[in-house]
Amino acid sequence: MTQTQQQPTLAVVDGTAEPPRQQAREPSPLLRPASLAQNRVPWWTSLVVLAIAAVLGAALSALISFNLALWLVLTAVLYLVISYCVTRVKVNRRQATDKMWANLVYLAFVIALLPLVSVIWSVTSTGIPGLLESGFLASDMQGVDGTTDQRSQEEGEPVLGGIRHALVGSLLITLTATSISVPIGLMTSIYLVEYARGGTLSRAITLFVDVMTGIPSIVAGLFGAAAMAWFLGVGNSLGLPVPTRSTMGITAAIALSVLMIPVVVRTTEEMLRVVPNELREASYALGVRKWRTILKVVIPTAISGIAAGVTLAIARVIGETAPILVTAGFVVSNNWNLFQGWMTALPVYIFRQFQNPTSPNFSDPSHQRAWAAALVLIIIVMGLNLTARLIATIFAPKKTGR
Amino acid sequence: MSKSITAKDLNVYYGDFLAVQEVNINIAPRSVTAFIGPSGCGKTTLLRSLNRMHEVLPGARVEGQLLLDDDNIYGPGVDPVTVRSMVGMVFQRPNPFPTMSIRENVLAGYKLNGSRMSKSQADDIVEDALRGANLWNEVKDRLGKPGSGLSGGQQQRLCIARTVAVKPEVILMDEPCSALDPISTLAIEDLISELQQEYTIAIVTHNMQQAARVSQKTAFFNIAGTGKPGKLIEYADTSTIFNNPSNQQTERYVSGQFG
Repeated sequence: MTQTQQQPTLAVVDGTAEPPRQQAREPSPLLRPASLAQNRVPWWTSLVVLAIAAVLGAALSALISFNLALWLVLTAVLYLVISYCVTRVKVNRRQATDKMWANLVYLAFVIALLPLVSVIWSVTSTGIPGLLESGFLASDMQGVDGTTDQRSQEEGEPVLGGIRHALVGSLLITLTATSISVPIGLMTSIYLVEYARGGTLSRAITLFVDVMTGIPSIVAGLFGAAAMAWFLGVGNSLGLPVPTRSTMGITAAIALSVLMIPVVVRTTEEMLRVVPNELREASYALGVRKWRTILKVVIPTAISGIAAGVTLAIARVIGETAPILVTAGFVVSNNWNLFQGWMTALPVYIFRQFQNPTSPNFSDPSHQRAWAAALVLIIIVMGLNLTARLIATIFAPKKTGR
Repeated sequence: MSKSITAKDLNVYYGDFLAVQEVNINIAPRSVTAFIGPSGCGKTTLLRSLNRMHEVLPGARVEGQLLLDDDNIYGPGVDPVTVRSMVGMVFQRPNPFPTMSIRENVLAGYKLNGSRMSKSQADDIVEDALRGANLWNEVKDRLGKPGSGLSGGQQQRLCIARTVAVKPEVILMDEPCSALDPISTLAIEDLISELQQEYTIAIVTHNMQQAARVSQKTAFFNIAGTGKPGKLIEYADTSTIFNNPSNQQTERYVSGQFG
């Protein structure tokens, strides 16, 4: 690079209106420091700046009136400012701007993480006592009424009642919803990726799937209830032995599958699309039929992504409250039968315990049960997410073998 | 086992676009025929139409006659799947199935079609095919390992073994060495010479030395300009094409004066 070529670069970097001609002879120290290690600050600078910011922030907040939130906010702001100034003085303006933006990105990350950490912390700390109550997972709410709760709160007796019926209900409803949605969703996406050649039908399906993604869950619940009521009406008029009431587990499963199908279609479609076309052609060239190619080459290649997508879809619907409340209702006892009688799911249980405590005047035991159930729900969802990752790793095509 | 392929006035289309025009060619059994020509002149398109892989793409179709010995490949009622089981294909990039082991890859033609066989039968097929592809000695101790763990040249030979395992009549190769280093290329070329004893082979290549080394006959394709159909310019013995071509375009292409 000649010096005449450097001149415009310098002006751009520096951004000042200095007379350009004067510096044309020698490379500016900004562009070419005297030694390679110059223009660097030691690695511990950030830590020192952070410590200074923390101390200053504590002092400043003490001047006003010390509290944790104010201290943290002041520390963050001071850190941003001091860090910028130090880099500006010791290094140069470009590095200082870089430093500032990097710090802003870190700060945004911390802010985004705060609610998550806070939720996990509050649910865990509030939910643990209820979870440790003996028989919480193994008993239902039968026999638990206002008097038992009153005794628990006033005389310190153990809190009775548990979530067994809710666990059973959530499990049955979600599993049924999954076994309805996965075949429908997977086959839809296979049609979209493998068979549709960009025709009207495939565009219509894609549009409707997108619309379905946005359906509010309560609407799905109403749909499930209405569809089942209509279905039972038809069954009754034909003289079939069907239940008279539409409020039961299977109705909730249908409502949930309305929410689940678009998620499954979307994720599996993406996964099938990334399977390289070369593999399909390799299979065709061996004289393999299309449906066998899809079944034995395309799906196995994409299975890790499909399984992960399905697991995430399950995690998405297991926390639904409204559609289950309007379709399966709420009971205090265990019900294993999806086709007869009301059923409780975990989110509905939490909602009922919080909103309508078993003993309206002595609500502490109910709240304790609600928080513990919330903790269980979070653990289940996290477990499902971890399972999705595990499945993705286990089923992923083996990369090496040398 | 090895059959001839004859094209009569073959036109290959992508939708309304005529990609290859009026090809007349006769590929003899147990021989290697090389397709050469500049990019975009329709070599690969023609090759893919020889086992009806062409029509996998939406809108692609073929007019004219294409005979495998005496059977019309594009005749009414012909099942493309049957054609493909008789006319195998090796692709430009090695594409072993990532979910399968080396052994399963070789057996893919059987397994994917759901045919059952005893273990000893399967072992025989695997060994024969891998020996036929000069890969047996390199992989015999790790048949259970994933095929994608092999080197590029080994993967391509694995793909050839997979094609050979289903005993086709004809093997089509679409630039099988373009992703490989010279040593692996040499291995594949040796393999092609051996396979020629049993199979009819058509190979698309951009490497004219390769065409000269492996083939008995060479077909030169050319294209008049962008958007025009590709045409078969000259089809003759390889030595004639490279030493004494009758067409001036061929001479300019093989001597490197093209364009």
